Amino acid sequence: MPSIPSSVVDADNECLIGGASEAFLCRRAFWNRVAAWLLFTAAAASVLVTLGIVYVLIRDSIPFFEQVPLSEFLTDTQWTPVFKNARFGVMTLVSATLTVAAIALVVAIPAGLGLAIFLSEYANPKLREAVKPFLELLEGVPTVVYGFFALLFLTPMLQTVIPGLSGFNLLAPGLVMGIMILPYTASVSEDAMRSVPMGLREAGYALGFSRFRVAAQVVIPAALSGITAAFILGMSRAVGETMVVAIAAGQNPNFGFDPLEGAATITAYIVQMAMGDLPHGSIAYQSVFAAGLVLFLITLLFNLIGFYLRRRFREVY
Amino acid sequence: MANSSLANAQIESARIVAANRRTDLLMASIGILVLGIATLLLTSVFVGLLASGWDRLINPDFYTHFPSRHPQQAGIISAIVGSSLVMLVTAVIAIPLGVAAGLYLEEYAPKNWLTDLIEINVSNLAGVPSIIYGLLALGLFVYAFSLGETILTAGLTLALLILPVIIVATREAVRSIPLELREAAYGLGADKWQVVRMYVLPAARPGIFTGVIVGLARAIGEAAPLITIGALTFIAFLPPLPVQATPPFVNFDWLTSPFTVMPIQLFNWVSRPQAEFHVNAAATGVVLMVMTLAMNALAIYVRLRLRRLHR
Amino acid sequence: MRNSTKTRVKLLMNEMTSSPHPFGATRQRQDAQPEPVSAPALRAEVRNLDFWYGATHTLKSVSMAVVDCKVTAVIGASGCGKSTLLRCFNRMHDLYPGNRYAGEIQLYPEDRNLIEMDPGMVRLRIGMVFQKPNPFPKSIFENVAAGLRVRGVNGKSLLYERVEQALRGAALWDEAKDRLHDSAYGLSGGQQQRLCIARALAPQPDILLLDEPTSALDPIATAKIEDLLTVLRNTVTVVIVTHNMQQAARISDFTAYMHLGKLVEYGVTEKVFTTPQSPLTNDYITGRFG
Repeated sequence: MPSIPSSVVDADNECLIGGASEAFLCRRAFWNRVAAWLLFTAAAASVLVTLGIVYVLIRDSIPFFEQVPLSEFLTDTQWTPVFKNARFGVMTLVSATLTVAAIALVVAIPAGLGLAIFLSEYANPKLREAVKPFLELLEGVPTVVYGFFALLFLTPMLQTVIPGLSGFNLLAPGLVMGIMILPYTASVSEDAMRSVPMGLREAGYALGFSRFRVAAQVVIPAALSGITAAFILGMSRAVGETMVVAIAAGQNPNFGFDPLEGAATITAYIVQMAMGDLPHGSIAYQSVFAAGLVLFLITLLFNLIGFYLRRRFREVY
Repeated sequence: MANSSLANAQIESARIVAANRRTDLLMASIGILVLGIATLLLTSVFVGLLASGWDRLINPDFYTHFPSRHPQQAGIISAIVGSSLVMLVTAVIAIPLGVAAGLYLEEYAPKNWLTDLIEINVSNLAGVPSIIYGLLALGLFVYAFSLGETILTAGLTLALLILPVIIVATREAVRSIPLELREAAYGLGADKWQVVRMYVLPAARPGIFTGVIVGLARAIGEAAPLITIGALTFIAFLPPLPVQATPPFVNFDWLTSPFTVMPIQLFNWVSRPQAEFHVNAAATGVVLMVMTLAMNALAIYVRLRLRRLHR
Repeated sequence: MRNSTKTRVKLLMNEMTSSPHPFGATRQRQDAQPEPVSAPALRAEVRNLDFWYGATHTLKSVSMAVVDCKVTAVIGASGCGKSTLLRCFNRMHDLYPGNRYAGEIQLYPEDRNLIEMDPGMVRLRIGMVFQKPNPFPKSIFENVAAGLRVRGVNGKSLLYERVEQALRGAALWDEAKDRLHDSAYGLSGGQQQRLCIARALAPQPDILLLDEPTSALDPIATAKIEDLLTVLRNTVTVVIVTHNMQQAARISDFTAYMHLGKLVEYGVTEKVFTTPQSPLTNDYITGRFG
C-alpha cells in the first residue's frame, strides 16, 4: 500500500495541499502579490522624487526666463534681484561657487590622495580598520558646525597671517569644505586603489620598485578613473554645500575669483532669499528656482561624469 | 677591474635601497600627517565650541528656556522638541519607504529598463545637494500641497533627503545574506514574501539599522533644506502635545505646527552681530555634535560587531 | 514510455513490501487508488527531462522512477548532472534566471507534471536537505517549526507535537530536547544536518530530497546520518544524491547512475552494483573512472 500523500483532508475535513490548508494558501498568495506591488510602488516613488525636483525647478524657472533672457542670465556680471533695476547675471554666483569648490579641491586632492595611498599601500589592515570609522565620524559632523568654525575660528586665525582677508571670505569656507569632503574622496579613492589587482603590484615589486614607485607608477595609473571619479563627486558635494558658505562666505553677489573677499554662492543666495519673506510669484522668488536649476544642472553634470568613470573603472576590474 | 665594478654595483644598489626607504618613510609620514590634521581639526572644532559655549552648556536654563532677545536667557527647548518631532516624522516616512524600495531592488526587481532607471535614479538622488530638496519642498509641499512651514513639511523633506541612504544600506544588508539561507527557506515551500518577511528582513535588520542611524544623524544636522522652506522663524512656544487626556488620547495637531530645529537655531544665533549670541550658537553646536557623533558611533559599533559576527 | 518504466519497476518490486507513512496515522485517503494493490507504487516519474543552465545543456532526456517509500540513490562523477536533476524535483532552478526545463516529472497519485505546476506549490510537497548544513539563525525549535509556520500552522501545542515528532524522526530528540530554545548554531555539524532533516520532515513531505547530505561531515557524523536513513527507509520516499558509492550501496533500494547529463542505468541497487548492464556503470563502480 502506498503511503498517503499530503494533499488529502485533515481531521477538520479541510483540503490540504502539501500540509497547508487551501484557505491559508489563498491568503498567502494574496499577501505575496500585495507585498510585491507595495515594494515596487516604494521603489518607483523614488523616481517621483527626481521628477518632482525637475518639475518644481522648471515650473518656477519658466516665468523667470520669460522676463530675463537666457543670454543676459549667462553673460551679465551683476546679480541684484531686489534692486529696482534688477539684474540677473548668474555667473556672479557661479564664480563664487566655483572658487570655493576649487579651494576645497586644492585641499582635498593632495590630502585625500596622500591619505588614500597611505591607507591602501602602506597602512596595515588593523590601522586601516581603525581609520575608516574615524573618517566616517568626520563625515558625520553637521555642516552648520563647520560653518560656525570657519566664521568664528578659522577666519580670525587666517586674518593674523593674511592681513587683507575680510571677515566674510571664500578662503576659510573653501579650506573647511576641503576637510569636509576629504573623508569621502579619500575613502572612495582608497576603494579604487585597493581593487587594483595584486598581480600588477607584484609585477612592479619584481622589477625592484619601491612602494612609492609602485603606488605612483602602477596603482595610481591603474586606478585613475576611479580616483578621478572620487574627486569629481567630491567637487559636486562642494558645489552643493550650503551652510558653510551661507555662514562664512557672506551674501554679497560679487563677480570674481578672489578668495580673500566674501561673495555669495548659489546656495548662499538661495538661503538668503529664503530667510526674507519672499512674495510667492515675484521675480525674486522665481530667481531662487532659476539659481536652483543651475545648481542642479552643475551637480548633475559632475555626478554623471563621476558615475560614468566609476562604472567604467569597475568594469575594468 | 671586475672587482671594482662589482663594488660599484653594490654601492649603487645600496643607494637605491636607501632612497626607496626615504620615499617610503616620506609617504607614510604624509599619510599620518593628514590623519593628524584631520584629528586635530575635529578636536579643535569640538574643543573650540565647548570652550566658547561652556557658560551656557552648564546652565540648566539653556535646555529649558525658549529663544529670547536676551542672549543670557535664551535656550534651546523649542529646538530640541522641534528636532525630535521632525526626526519622528522623518523616520516614520523614510524607514518603511527606503527599506521597501531597497528590498524591491535587491529581491524582486527583474532585469529590465525600469529597474535600471530606478537604480540610476537612486544613485543620482544621493548626489543631489540638500538645498535642492528644500526647493522641492518649497515649490511642492509648501505651496502646491499647501502644507505650510510645518513639522510635517520638514519631516517629509528630510525623509526624501535620507531615502537614498536607507535604500543603499538596505540593499547592502540584503545582499550580504548568504544564498544558503534563502535556498533553505524556499526549499521548505515558503513563497517570496514569506522568505523576505520571515528570513531576509530579520537577518538584514542590523545592517538596515546602521543605515537608518547614519541617515537620521545626517537629517538631524541638516539646516539648508529647512531654511529654504522658510522655517527660520522665532519660535517661543512648543507644538501641541501628541497625547491628550481625553479620547482619542492622541492628536496630530503637532504635525501642522510651526517649528524650529537645532541647526536652524544655531544658524540664527551665529548670524547675529552680537558676540553674546555666538556663545549660544557654540553651545548648540556642542549639543548637536554630541548627538550626531553619538549616533554615528553607534552605527559604526553595530557594523563592526556585525562584521565580527560574520567572520 | 511510462508504461515500460512502470512495468520494469513492477518486476523489480516483486519481492519488496512497503509500510505506511510514519506520520500518516492521522490522515485518511481522499480517494481510493484505481490501480490494483500489487502494482508498483510510484511517487514520481521523470520522463525525457532536459535541462539547460543558460546555453549549457546539463540534463539530456533523463527518465527514471521514484518508488514510494523507497530510497532512490543517484550516483555519478561530479559534474554529471545528478544535483541538477535533484534540484529539478523541487524546482530550485526557478530561483535563478536563465534556466530552462523540457519534459516531465509526473507526481503520483494525482498524475500531474510538476514542471508545469507553481514552484511554490511543488516545494510545499517536496522537502530538501542541502549539501552543507544550513540551519536558520534561530532556535532549534524554530528551525524545525519553520516549515510548519510557512504552511500557516501556528498553534503552540500542535507545533510542539510536530516538532518533537520530527526531531525523534531525525534521531535528534535526545540530544536536543533540553535545549530546544538555544541557537541552532550551537549544534555540531552532524547535529545541524540532522536538524535540517528534521526541518524537512516536519511538514511531512511527499518526497524528501537529499543533496550529498554527508559530504561536509566527518565519518562519525556520516554514519549517524546513514543510520537515520536506514530507519527512514520504508517509511519516507527519499531521493539521495551521493558521490559515495558505498553509501549508495548501503542505504538505497534503487540506484540511478548518471554520466555527462545522461541517465546510463537505473535499477534495484543490488543489481546495479553486482551486474551492471552498461560498461560505463561498470567502470564507475569498479573505480576505473570518476
